[in-house]
Amino acid sequence: MFLFGFMAQPLAAQQSLPPAPYAYRQLENPAKEAEAQALMETLRCLTCQSQSIADSDAPMAGDMRHQVRTRIAAGEEPEAIRAWLVERYGDYVSYAPVMSETTWPLFAIPLLLLAGAGSILWRRLRRVR
Amino acid sequence: MRWWWWIPLLLFAGFLGVAAYQLTQPKNDLVPSAMVGKPLPEFDLRAAAEGMPGASTADFHDGKPRLLNIWASWCLPCIAEAPQLDQLKQEGAEIVGIAIRDRPEDVAAFLARHGNPYTHVGADDLSQVQLAIGSSGVPETFVIDGEGVIRYQHIGDIRAEHVPILLEKLREAGE
Repeated sequence: MFLFGFMAQPLAAQQSLPPAPYAYRQLENPAKEAEAQALMETLRCLTCQSQSIADSDAPMAGDMRHQVRTRIAAGEEPEAIRAWLVERYGDYVSYAPVMSETTWPLFAIPLLLLAGAGSILWRRLRRVR
Repeated sequence: MRWWWWIPLLLFAGFLGVAAYQLTQPKNDLVPSAMVGKPLPEFDLRAAAEGMPGASTADFHDGKPRLLNIWASWCLPCIAEAPQLDQLKQEGAEIVGIAIRDRPEDVAAFLARHGNPYTHVGADDLSQVQLAIGSSGVPETFVIDGEGVIRYQHIGDIRAEHVPILLEKLREAGE
């Protein structure tokens, strides 16, 4: 009982409002739900930071899922919803990699290394022959 | 051994050096809003507590800069910042509150216990305004100028040292 007293402590900071309607309920249309699910898996939970909103039980992640599902149900494109969030939180909110001013070396360096290794290999093999 | 054979090893050592340095740096958990400098998104929220007006975008268009405080009665740091909000009010700041995922009776109890610095308190039950404004937690405080443009974001509870900064940002927003 003593232990339970401790476990109950964090609940003091919990919220009493029920989750948003579409936080834990799937869309009736399976195709739309699949679209929503794919998008939710690539959006970052902002209060937990290392989970996607599909993985998180944080109330804010629930509200984000509600927003994603209702917008998809209303016919909005997944990429438009992602863009709306990126406009507010920056690239940080999205797990989908994009090429930008700061990220281009991540894409360029492997290609350069491959090209370098290829040219060395080519010269060596030519010498052998 | 030719000298340039050492280049890959030096590059690797450099990489290790950068990684070691970054590991010693404190982690930055703050998610700044990209909405600073942009107009406040449209919203019209019902009152979060009886006897208080709700909050809407229209409240921010009368030429007077205001603070927009995102908070909740269930949020512990919000209790810590209550005295600072009260001080800001004493210094002439008008503060509009938005209560996230909150019940009217809880909001009323919080305001009765910790003081009410707000002119308006809107209820954001689905965090819609919070998401639209680019806020990622409670509490956060935004400075909104008289035309309804977001000018500054303060993340986390307001401590004593932040009060002069917010007053200065409010003054700048009024120029």
